[in-house]
Amino acid sequence: MSQPVTFRRRAVEEMSTSKPAAVDRAARRFTGKRQWAVDDFAAMEETRDRGRQIRLHTLANLHHYLGQFADSVERAGGQVLWAADAGEANQMIGRLVGKKEGSLVIKSKSMVTEELELLHYLEDQGHTVVETDLGEFIVQIAEDHPSHIIAPVMHLTRQDVGELFHEQLDLPYTDDPPTLTQMARRHLRRYFLTADVGISGVNMGIAETGSIVTITNEGNGWLTTAAPRMHIAVMGMERLVPTFEDAATIVEILARSATGQRLSVYTNFVTGPRRAQDPDGPDEFVVVIVDNGRSKVLASEASEILACIRCGACLNVCPVFREVGGHAYGQVYPGPVGAVLAPGLSDFKEWVDLPYASSLCGACREVCPVRIDIPKLLVTQRERATKENDPFRWMGPGLALYRQIGKRPALWKTAIAAAGVAGRFRKGEWFHRLPFHTKGWTDSRDFPAPASQSFRQWWKENRGGT
Amino acid sequence: MPKSDNFGKGSSLVSTSMPETVQLFVTCVIDAVFPQVGRDVVEELERNGARVDFPQNQTCCGQPAYNAGHRTEATDVLIHNLEVLDRTDGPIVIPSGSCSDFILHHGPRLAADRPGKAELAERVADRVREFTSFVVEKRAGQAEGPAPPAGTDEGERTRAFYHPSCHALRGLGLRKEGEALLESVDSVERVDLESAEECCGFGGLFALEMPEISTEIMNTKLDRLEAAQVQMLVGADAACLIHLEGGLRRRNNPMQVLHIASVLAKGRAEAENGGSGS
Repeated sequence: MSQPVTFRRRAVEEMSTSKPAAVDRAARRFTGKRQWAVDDFAAMEETRDRGRQIRLHTLANLHHYLGQFADSVERAGGQVLWAADAGEANQMIGRLVGKKEGSLVIKSKSMVTEELELLHYLEDQGHTVVETDLGEFIVQIAEDHPSHIIAPVMHLTRQDVGELFHEQLDLPYTDDPPTLTQMARRHLRRYFLTADVGISGVNMGIAETGSIVTITNEGNGWLTTAAPRMHIAVMGMERLVPTFEDAATIVEILARSATGQRLSVYTNFVTGPRRAQDPDGPDEFVVVIVDNGRSKVLASEASEILACIRCGACLNVCPVFREVGGHAYGQVYPGPVGAVLAPGLSDFKEWVDLPYASSLCGACREVCPVRIDIPKLLVTQRERATKENDPFRWMGPGLALYRQIGKRPALWKTAIAAAGVAGRFRKGEWFHRLPFHTKGWTDSRDFPAPASQSFRQWWKENRGGT
Repeated sequence: MPKSDNFGKGSSLVSTSMPETVQLFVTCVIDAVFPQVGRDVVEELERNGARVDFPQNQTCCGQPAYNAGHRTEATDVLIHNLEVLDRTDGPIVIPSGSCSDFILHHGPRLAADRPGKAELAERVADRVREFTSFVVEKRAGQAEGPAPPAGTDEGERTRAFYHPSCHALRGLGLRKEGEALLESVDSVERVDLESAEECCGFGGLFALEMPEISTEIMNTKLDRLEAAQVQMLVGADAACLIHLEGGLRRRNNPMQVLHIASVLAKGRAEAENGGSGS
């Protein structure tokens, strides 16, 4: 199998665009707001601990809670469909939507539908699909991809959006965000009123009640789930919590970690379709529970990554993400969480280089609301990569040698002494050019020559060598 | 290997307390590339009343291989060193936050891969002490504080930034310790930096795996150092410092780059010569 170095190649390409600068600015703004929100909430640390317990407990008992959730949804009058992969999910959703030819589908924001590429599937089936989340709407008209799990157009500036609206919607150019938002509102309103089907994602499914929780800052999520006759909620199979109270705990840490808000503007709880006494709501409520690789991740050594509540805080603090932006990852889930999760969800051998997209600085672990040790999981995935399709195979011989001399002090001492001899000719110098694969270092940095007298030699000569 | 009980009872006549023997795990980078830092570490430890031993069969902690995903290689090298250190007594001082964090937090997990080695790793981890935190603690315990400032004029002080490397900072919770040591040197003025806690982009073999990204992260840091007119970059992790100094040299920036142990040695030399020697 070939050695994919695609992340690096994509990253270099992305770094030559204007995107990373926009990402860096926005990510730092999010990080600053998060810090404010964390400082503002005295019980943050305990709530993080509690959130972690809830998520790990749910994952450990996922089979049980999925059963309970499905029962609860049905009891509330809804329907549950189980999709093993993207193809199955799309077909199921296609059949639901396709009851009527050429349906109008409105969507609110959902990462799992990005995984499924549902929008394109439904369009190919002859339906009209409109993204109603502002960011996703911009992505749609730009024929682009989201670059961040909560801020899909983090890579664009307001000038970019102004130009896009001007070109695609034939609106007068402006780069004033409130005006742009008003334009999008006016454009989208008619779809809300006439849509046949609303498709939403799910931030959390509550096992005891069969409710789904969607957390947004725009009213679109509310309209998408309530206005059309049918509401299809698409949920990754790990997105459950056992109880209503547990959902409240996650809500406490999610918005603070994501956008630095105490609470998002809209936290919607939807339980079943419209009941007789309800003034509005859909006639049909269907939850499509999607596996699409999650079982594989759950069975792997990186299973803890499924505890993620999708706040995006790890992306915002990641120095790599901020330099390269989300598109460099080439996957739906970018950043530290994506570097662990995405290879596990997809064909691992093809994405083995993603776990190396980190300096292991630990900033992600520090902000993760459910305290996932992301650096540890990145290394876990690297360990798997070296076994299945090592993306840095050229390091193999060097590390094998390192292993042999690293456990044999006599050889190690000889190696250090040999380096010292070389260092004698290069006293105090720094190399400007290193060979082969180490050339990457000296493309931007000098590298010091070894010392002519190592510390251990000095010690032996001056401290009597014990 | 000499043990800490080498001093007979009679030694209490010349010293009020028996010197504590500490084992120096010097790190491969300091050993092979910056031996002077190792000597400065020894001197600082001795100034604080310790007796220093250097177990000569030590090699490297194993972290480079671990970070690259080569767990078997890492664990072999780690266990060799744990066994070398386990045959000694007293605190094990490591002048690197990263190597300390590795032995403390990853050592027990990796060693558990091998039958009977988990306890070995726990025993050694319990004795590991990162250099700056060890020195700060020893200094605090001393009857007399550090030498009084020699009275360097504000304007003559070198503007120095202490880079709190990621593994010391987020792995061990250390930052103030290194900053306090830097502030104890009269000829420097410690300055802070925007986003001081961000990674420098080194990341071990990451610097070779993803050189362009590593460089961009480094450039963000170097730009800030230049903007803050820092004259001396100080840290407690030699590997991060190699990366940053390598970048500074390419920029022809003459900023001094020093391990904290060397700054302390410089401070002592200046104090002995009667004031700032800049």
